[in-house]
Amino acid sequence: MKKKKTNAKITKAKMTKAKKIKKKTKKLQYPKIITFACNWCSYAGADLAGVSRFQYPPSLRLIRVMCAGRITPTFILDALTDGADGVIVSGCHFEDCHYISGSRKAEKVVETTRKLMHLLGMDGRRLRFELISAAEGQKFATVAREFTEEITNLKKEKHGKK
Amino acid sequence: MAKNSIDEIIKKTNSYLCIDCGECTGSCPVSRVNVNYSPRLNVEKMVLGYFDEIKKDENIWSCLVCGLCSKRCPSDVKYDEFIKLSRKEIRKHNEKLNYSHNRIIQKSMEIMTQGNTQKRTEWIGKELKVSKKGKFLYFTGCLPYFEVIFEYLNIHPLETAGNAVKILNKLGIEPVVNNSEVCCGRDLLFNGDEENFLKLAKINTKMLKESGAEKVVFTCPECLETLKEIYPEYLGKTDVEFIHITQLVEEAVKKGKLELDSSSIKKFTYQDPCILGRGLGLYDEPRNIIKSIPETELLPIERERENSICCGPSAWVSCTNYTKRIQHVRLGQAEKTGAEVLITACPKCYIHFSCALSGDDEDYKIKLMDITTLIAETMKSKKKHTDSHRLEG
Repeated sequence: MKKKKTNAKITKAKMTKAKKIKKKTKKLQYPKIITFACNWCSYAGADLAGVSRFQYPPSLRLIRVMCAGRITPTFILDALTDGADGVIVSGCHFEDCHYISGSRKAEKVVETTRKLMHLLGMDGRRLRFELISAAEGQKFATVAREFTEEITNLKKEKHGKK
Repeated sequence: MAKNSIDEIIKKTNSYLCIDCGECTGSCPVSRVNVNYSPRLNVEKMVLGYFDEIKKDENIWSCLVCGLCSKRCPSDVKYDEFIKLSRKEIRKHNEKLNYSHNRIIQKSMEIMTQGNTQKRTEWIGKELKVSKKGKFLYFTGCLPYFEVIFEYLNIHPLETAGNAVKILNKLGIEPVVNNSEVCCGRDLLFNGDEENFLKLAKINTKMLKESGAEKVVFTCPECLETLKEIYPEYLGKTDVEFIHITQLVEEAVKKGKLELDSSSIKKFTYQDPCILGRGLGLYDEPRNIIKSIPETELLPIERERENSICCGPSAWVSCTNYTKRIQHVRLGQAEKTGAEVLITACPKCYIHFSCALSGDDEDYKIKLMDITTLIAETMKSKKKHTDSHRLEG
């Protein structure tokens, strides 16, 4: 019994701390966007955006994959059901894919996923497919900015409806 | 692993009655191609208390749940039930499953359990008559999802659904196609995920109650068996009648309500879906329908009726080289009959066989067709006939 009580205390303390932090950051709430970036182009593009100090909102969570062709519909749906507000799949330009046809494969996967999302009653606008090369740091930043804005608008729309 | 649950599995499945005769392993289609898999050994291990060995063995996931062993077992050991319960137990410890299609089908089902409003009735065109409330309900199952997921095979599973509604319209029935129906959950149950299965089952029974349907028509035998026989085990009995579309059509043909015209294809052979045949005992209905088409021949395939072989993988797990081998054996048998078209009555058989046909491994002349497509096509020509009569009149 004693152990339980102490546990409860600790969790209460944690809760209050978390609430305080939440209150502080309430004004700066950004949507959570999972970004699958391919190792050869998009990840390097994101790197360039950072090195060149292009400003973009901190809403992206980058996941590096060797090729955008590795992404399956399940990855995207898992991300969306586990709490992400949006997903970006980004690969090399079609001609420059390191694995020849990976980007095209990714495009197809995104299309099927969008159809599935439509069937399942989810908003297809939460998913985005982008082609970003290693030299396009600026493009990465603009995509991040645009998509964050779009997702926040979608969220507002949804809450407004409710 | 609690000892109680082992005892429960042994009791529920009659495993203690096993006389070690090996009939199951001898007839198992998987054991023929995969030497490491043996139903007899699995039952023996369970009875002797070596459950840990079954747990580590990946082959427990390669069972097709085709029911051939349970049908032939002289001691009445229910191996399907055995697989279902032991997979449920194994899943508690180990979730590393060899999912096929990147788990997308299971994932879609999991999303369906959350109760989002789906858009699964968009395939219904203007030419199809559907009512909002009525006594008849058509259960689409996973067909709209298959249409998207199996696009790369160049097949259209939704044609089956469209044709089913066409046939029902021809019979003077305007079925309800409900948007709030979800997948039956059978695949989740046989993946050992009972929790999500129950959620889906509850949504579906609620949907049936609210729609006020008295008769539910299916094109998928697996959905039919699940709603008819597995749901009552968990949620209690209902008064609703569940039938397969072949039952309905056969009755109509017998009574003369529906006449089938001759088709351009003359030689058919028929694949018994495991669940429709061994599970529900509907062997003659589809055969009678094919026979009632004039000028056609139904050629007997090697190993038919109770002895038919499964189309390959089941419950969307462990699609391996072994399953491909089984499919090629079956397609080879179908080719041998000299038929032009292999008819199946299950959308899953259709998908699995068209996957095997699309590969470069072997060349086949035989083509695939779903039985609803066959009925709708032979029926269609009849309709044109009447139309021309009307014009003349």
